[in-house]
Amino acid sequence: MTQSNAAPDVAAGRLSDEEYARNFADLHPLLDPHEARVEADRCYFCHDAPCMQACPTSIDIPQFIRQISTGNPTGSAKTIYDQNILGGMCARVCPTETLCEQSCVREVAEGKPVKIGQLQRYATDHYMSTNDKTPYTRKAASSKRVAVVGAGPAGLACAHALAVEGHDIDLYDARAKAGGLNEFGIAAYKSVDNFAAREVDFILSIGGITLKAGQKLGTDIHLADLRSQYDAIFLSIGLGGVNDLGLENEAKDGVLNAVDYISELRQAKDLSSLPVGKRVVVIGGGMTAVDIAVQSRLLGAEDVTIAYRRGQDRMNASEYEQHLAQTNGVKILTWAQPKGLVAQNGHISGIELEKTRETGGALKGTGETVTLPADMVFKAVGQTLVPAVLNGSGPAPQIEKGRIVVDADRKTSLDDVWAGGDCVLGGEDLTVAAVEDGKIAAAAIHRALSA
Amino acid sequence: MADLRTNFVGIKSPNPFWLASAPPTDKAYNVVRAFQAGWGGVVWKTLGEDPPVVNVNGPRYGAIHGKDRHLIGFNNIELITDRPLEVNLQEIKQVKRDWKDRALVVSLMVPCEEKNWIDILKKVEDTEADGVELNFGCPHGMSERGMGSAVGQVPEYIEMVTRWCKQHTRMPVIVKLTPNITDIRKPAQAANAGGADAVSLINTINSIVGVDLDAMAPTPTIDGKGAHGGYCGPAVKPIALNMVAEIARDPVTHGLPISGIGGVTTWRDAAEFMALGAGTVQVCTAAMTYGFKVVQDMIEGLSDWMDSSGYTSIDQFVGKAVPNCSDWQHLNLNYIAKAKIDQDLCIKCGRCHIACEDTSHQAITSMFNGERHFEVIDEECVGCNLCVSVCPVENCITMEAMEAGSIDPRTGKKVDPTYANWTTHPNNPMAVTEAAE
Repeated sequence: MTQSNAAPDVAAGRLSDEEYARNFADLHPLLDPHEARVEADRCYFCHDAPCMQACPTSIDIPQFIRQISTGNPTGSAKTIYDQNILGGMCARVCPTETLCEQSCVREVAEGKPVKIGQLQRYATDHYMSTNDKTPYTRKAASSKRVAVVGAGPAGLACAHALAVEGHDIDLYDARAKAGGLNEFGIAAYKSVDNFAAREVDFILSIGGITLKAGQKLGTDIHLADLRSQYDAIFLSIGLGGVNDLGLENEAKDGVLNAVDYISELRQAKDLSSLPVGKRVVVIGGGMTAVDIAVQSRLLGAEDVTIAYRRGQDRMNASEYEQHLAQTNGVKILTWAQPKGLVAQNGHISGIELEKTRETGGALKGTGETVTLPADMVFKAVGQTLVPAVLNGSGPAPQIEKGRIVVDADRKTSLDDVWAGGDCVLGGEDLTVAAVEDGKIAAAAIHRALSA
Repeated sequence: MADLRTNFVGIKSPNPFWLASAPPTDKAYNVVRAFQAGWGGVVWKTLGEDPPVVNVNGPRYGAIHGKDRHLIGFNNIELITDRPLEVNLQEIKQVKRDWKDRALVVSLMVPCEEKNWIDILKKVEDTEADGVELNFGCPHGMSERGMGSAVGQVPEYIEMVTRWCKQHTRMPVIVKLTPNITDIRKPAQAANAGGADAVSLINTINSIVGVDLDAMAPTPTIDGKGAHGGYCGPAVKPIALNMVAEIARDPVTHGLPISGIGGVTTWRDAAEFMALGAGTVQVCTAAMTYGFKVVQDMIEGLSDWMDSSGYTSIDQFVGKAVPNCSDWQHLNLNYIAKAKIDQDLCIKCGRCHIACEDTSHQAITSMFNGERHFEVIDEECVGCNLCVSVCPVENCITMEAMEAGSIDPRTGKKVDPTYANWTTHPNNPMAVTEAAE
């Protein structure tokens, strides 16, 4: 047992300005034109390409790569945007190693897939650096009005597609800025240079979308009112709640929700103003756990451990993300679940972890414990839908397993309400899947409004 | 190690790799570096009469590149040497004196007057060079002045100048041919009739290497304008191979020594030219792309291949593929091959399927039992080799000959073991009863 009696060491400004800049630089720098052409030339332009099948938004990958190879990056970007208007962000955050690049025939043949994600970024960055607006023009005004609630990936994709069809959109978001997790979640080194906000501007440039920020569903706006004011509603409200550990001392200083801290980090003008513990323990096994663990290290934490209750192969974070954590010096402690939080003088000082074992699919504590000293403990054990925001004077959409139930068209149990993104049942918890939800719902809403 | 020494029309060199008449052989400095690197011989860049020509002062070269800037084709508008004749002659003399074991041939181009040729031949003889090569090939600049390919395109001129040269020099005369003609056999026959000791080919092909779409001008662009140049490099090799084979097969010129030129980049390229009848090869673009060191693997690679193939000297395989160069009408129409896909090697890219489906014979599946699966449909396969050509995996698709006596599922007919060609085919209005080979 290595319990520390020292005062908690939580401090800002652990690094020099250069170190912050270096640590939070672009994870994958943009390919230069020659690199892009050479990489594009590796694509075999497969028939009925497996990569395209693997893309949740069905981007015509061989086509956009061929367009890079022929010296037509603008056309390439349009091919991407035709299926995924958030192609720029998806190029940065998609777990390509388990999607398109996993099914690339060159991955199968030689273990070296075409770098589809980086090529997609090359094309979309080229487009955004040479154009002010999306490549689409709106059709004639339909005089139909749609409320999109939540300006994350699903809401943005839905709003853009409906705007193209000539409908007028009010895009609500609880936060002061649009973008959702693109702006407030995901790791900073995946979206440098204010990309999330620039992409929002790019999408809104289509026209016909009025952003109404700082309007929280259930507080400032209500579903029943929206239904009476609009022809259709799209809910893309994400998961507003976070799971607790259910342990004593959870409210003590130094115990934080990972998503809150990441949100603060993403909005920080000066990273050196962010206090971070010298010793950090992260509870969880998903992308958020990796994001907070790696960023803690990059902010100067000396000792960062991810504690996950099952084996590494069961972590929701992709293998690539796990490697990223480990190459950044994060320890991944598996088969360990939180048992108790140790606090001193109102501040967390350590976490007691119990070893676990899985028997017959059930996870059980073995009774063996270890206590890690910790100046900060981050909770990254999942987020939840807050169903209360859907309640009000009128009926709420059907909820199951804590998520909104939708059909194949992303329609809820309410006739004029569609939903997509993380808040719906059966979602994949991926940006690209949220975009596809928004796209499908927009097509269904347009059909309904045109009927 | 195989013996790579060559004796080409009496000109000896330690290996068959010569540098072609071009910028790499324009002066002693370059030629000495080439000999130090191991080149067997050089053809000195074409000499003309004084005053020397001038070159453009803008770009002379243009190129076709692969995606990784791999040079595929090369174009030039450079003229013959732009240095004074006397300087070149002195250097040639000194280099030959210093490098007696290497071949040193001098390329020549002067106006089509007997006296002009007599004069320059005399000067070259004084250098003790091993031979001369008559440049009837350059397709740009010089041809506008009635020289180069302007001569090479008129067989009568070729014969006339060749005859003058043979009359007025004891040196071997090699005639360099232009490919910018319709039938390469005619100029070769003319050179032969004029008494040429050998021909060398091909010179460069008339070309515009590209168009600058902003300037709306051909590239390379000189002050807004471009002129056609001469194309060479790996891209022209198939054209050169055919022309070499045409001359080697022609009854009139069969046995006339050939120095093969055109895109030779590797030892294998050289071996292919030699198999079609070239006694030596001449290289330019490969050297201009990579430097003189490329000759080292040309020498070693050719030697290793000869060892592994059981050849101990060059003569044993020069021209060995010529008897197998045939005409279409003599190909065996009873030979039937089908494509076969090795499923273990297949990476399921589907290129064979879409190429066959869209552009050929609908003979490759894309799905089988609901699975992505590419398999040849023998009932439809005509054995065209398109799938083999587009498959990104080497040896994944092969052409397999059908056994005589088996049934071709496409036609339902038995594979006939006998040889039969178009000359006897019933669909041929000119058919004869017995096949002519």
